[in-house]
Amino acid sequence: MSLSLKNVIRQAEQIILGKPQQIRLSLTCLLARGHLLIEDLPGVGKTTLAQVLARTLGLQFRRIQFTSDLLPADILGFSVYQRPVAEARSGSFEFHPGPIFAQMILADEVNRATPKAQSALLEAMEEQQVTIEGTTRALPVPFFVIATQNPLHQIGTFPLPESQLDRFLMRIQMGYPDAVAERGLLCGIDRREIIAGLSPQMDCAELLRLQQCVKQIFVSPALLDYLQAIIRYTREAGRYSHGLSPRAGVALLTAARAWALLDERQAVIPEDIQAVLPGVVSHRLQVAGEYQHSDTLVRELIEAVAIP
Amino acid sequence: MKKTQIYSLLLMILMVVAPHALHLPLTITSLCLMFLLWRAYLTYTANALPKRWLLFLITFAIAAGILSSFHTLFGREAGVALLILLTTLKFMELHTVRDATVLIYLACFIIITNFFYSQSIPVALYMLATLLVIITVWIQLSAPTIALKARCTMAATLLLQALPLTLLLFVLFPRVQGPLWGMPQDAFASSGLDDKMTPGSLSRLILSDEVAFRVSYANQVPRREQMYWRGPVLWNFDGRTWTPGRTANSIAPQFTETKQAVAYTVTLEPHNKNWLFALEMPEWISVPAALTYDFQVIQKDAVTMRSRYEVRSVLQYHANLQEAQRQLRRGVQLPPGLNPESLKLANSWLAGNPKDIDIVRYALEYFNKQNFQYTLEPPPLPGIHGVDDFLFTTRQGFCEHYASAFVFLMRAAHIPARVVTGYQGGEYNQTGNYYIVRQSDAHAWAEVWLTGQGWVRIDPTAAIAPGRVQRGLSASVKNNDVLPFMSRNPPEWLHALRLNWDSLANQWNQWVLGYNSERQYAFMSWLGMESVSWQKMALDMIAGLTLLVGIFALYMLRHFYVHRPDRVQVAWEKLCKRMAKAGLSRAAHEGAGTFAARIATVHPELAEPIQNLAARYNALRYAGQAKDAQEFIRLCAKFRLSRQNRR
Repeated sequence: MSLSLKNVIRQAEQIILGKPQQIRLSLTCLLARGHLLIEDLPGVGKTTLAQVLARTLGLQFRRIQFTSDLLPADILGFSVYQRPVAEARSGSFEFHPGPIFAQMILADEVNRATPKAQSALLEAMEEQQVTIEGTTRALPVPFFVIATQNPLHQIGTFPLPESQLDRFLMRIQMGYPDAVAERGLLCGIDRREIIAGLSPQMDCAELLRLQQCVKQIFVSPALLDYLQAIIRYTREAGRYSHGLSPRAGVALLTAARAWALLDERQAVIPEDIQAVLPGVVSHRLQVAGEYQHSDTLVRELIEAVAIP
Repeated sequence: MKKTQIYSLLLMILMVVAPHALHLPLTITSLCLMFLLWRAYLTYTANALPKRWLLFLITFAIAAGILSSFHTLFGREAGVALLILLTTLKFMELHTVRDATVLIYLACFIIITNFFYSQSIPVALYMLATLLVIITVWIQLSAPTIALKARCTMAATLLLQALPLTLLLFVLFPRVQGPLWGMPQDAFASSGLDDKMTPGSLSRLILSDEVAFRVSYANQVPRREQMYWRGPVLWNFDGRTWTPGRTANSIAPQFTETKQAVAYTVTLEPHNKNWLFALEMPEWISVPAALTYDFQVIQKDAVTMRSRYEVRSVLQYHANLQEAQRQLRRGVQLPPGLNPESLKLANSWLAGNPKDIDIVRYALEYFNKQNFQYTLEPPPLPGIHGVDDFLFTTRQGFCEHYASAFVFLMRAAHIPARVVTGYQGGEYNQTGNYYIVRQSDAHAWAEVWLTGQGWVRIDPTAAIAPGRVQRGLSASVKNNDVLPFMSRNPPEWLHALRLNWDSLANQWNQWVLGYNSERQYAFMSWLGMESVSWQKMALDMIAGLTLLVGIFALYMLRHFYVHRPDRVQVAWEKLCKRMAKAGLSRAAHEGAGTFAARIATVHPELAEPIQNLAARYNALRYAGQAKDAQEFIRLCAKFRLSRQNRR
């Protein structure tokens, strides 16, 4: 692992206390060129995580607060008519890029907006480009979206449908900090001040290089056997309302590769799959019938499939 | 062509040609060696090969030389010499791998020619070793980067794979009788009994260790002193040499009052004469052969190949109680004017008109009482009265002297008598349960015709040295050194070794070299094939070949249909099973690293080895590495929980 990546992790851990797993998972997501959905209560550090990542990685950062009256143009941008200047005969439309034209987007409370606004964001995430008034504009590279949603207070929200959830490589939960971390948080100085003083540990080119490295992580036939066994189990065991899609399989493998890179290995091992499995599949799987917490669901899945 | 390849080829040809140095003329051997050295020098100094016209010149010179010394270019000697010389000369125009391949084929052909000279087991083994070398060099031609050891292993594997095919072809290839398949007439030099006997001819033969024939008895084995293997019968005496004389038409042989029949099988080494050996007297023989009027077994052609026949003999008999007058007259003929003293002696026995059997006893008693000596090195008898000299002066002789003198005395006393040559006794081989009769068992004895008894065997040697007949040559001769090695009394272990070796050679002769069309047919019918014919066998052979090639193909293409368990995985699972027995079972979904970490927390002292193993396992199974698989398997097998760690 490159030294800069280590520094990124160390710096993030100093600010977001007691959440190393979440930091690693979101970095994995970033290296795998996926997008991240954080589902948790307000005030557990979702925004802080996004800000810290953007700062330490040296990425442009924009935040879009989703509300029920948010319009796609508020996200993507719009054209404004420019009055003709003296010597020109006619005026022209000038494009004002929206907040989506940034390397790292925090889409806060994404389920508060209408489906129309949601789909504008999600399409941009998928295509890595936006088309406004017939002109296609590329989004910056790298492009990374962290969306958050509040699991409670569902009144007046538009929960993302399964097909839309699939666009996120991972969904993670922040959870409460443990006692030690909480004490550290309480005693320390204001997080915002620290964030403001953070220096980037990596540049854009380095990040792109690492994303390329992920693709070169070796995957053996034995590992693919294991991966396929997991996918087959979700489809054939009868426990789930629907199994994992081929896209989910690809996502799982890409995420495992990125995790292996973070773990300083050149090949994926079953533990990598198991590490990223909760993040990658929990929002894609639903138990048929009764409700089950996603953690137990994934734990069961891991334990049900033997490593071949 | 690389230099190393050239050197390998040179060594190979050297090894191929080496056994021929034993029988080729020295000039040819040294010429071959010169060509090889020349090429080695040219390769070493990286000089150009000789010009084409020079090679033509040398080739013609070689052909002319062989033509002038052998008077032919064909046949065994000339052919082999030509082949070997041209093969070594081929090195002078060896440029490409294609040339070298030609050389490989030639080498394979040359090693076959070894069989023209000897077909023994050591020669076959040497040929096998040479073949291994040839294939190793061949592999080197096409894949020079492979290490020597790997090449040897590959060649050995190839040879082993060829084994079933070889066996199949050996067993089933139709043995067509005919000149095309036979060996050259001069293939085997032979030594053995002659149809002449002079003083000293047998004692010369005695010096040879060579096997004359081997005998295995069907059930009953006769006593040693009954084992008289009858060969040529000699009638005519010119004072020095006994010869068979002219074959006279006579009454057919007749054996009456026969008792004690024995059945046995003889495997006769080629001796280039047309008589077969059998115990006195043969009743029945399994091969087409005739029993002559004087009880010899004669076949039409000379025995030029090792042959095998079954015989039934009777050991007690009356042979030709009625004999033709002409034969009886032949049996008393003597060369006129020779050996007057002996004639006088025989006449003295006639006084008092004794019976014929008494005269025989007188003669034997004479030999017994008059201080005769049985020796391998009798003094020469150069005079024309040879029998007189022997009987009255030297009194030292070998069996031919005694047989000759005894028959002379009988004839002088008007008793029909003749000399019989052959072999006496034989050595029992416990390992193979058969008897070996060597040239050193050659013997001569006498036969007299007595009224009412027919032809009776009298062995005068038994009167002087009874041990010769009862226990063998070494028991009866004082001077052991003159005897061939096997007839002496060698150390026990060496003797046993030699007998074991002979037994092996016998099996080889019987089953490999002697596997002719009869044996093949017998083997096929034993296997259950009905109405054996060579067409059927050819079909069987093709079917067998197809089957074998099919089986090989199935085996070699197995990766298409067999999922082979990963050796690394097997080793790891074994380890996990062992750990489970010790109470630390790996959950099915538990990765190697996780499992190792869990063990490390329970048994901190095992942390290092188990984590090392887990890392190796991950590298081998998931990182696509294969190079340390062997080491991993070894470490897995070695890994143990110590006793106190077990629950």
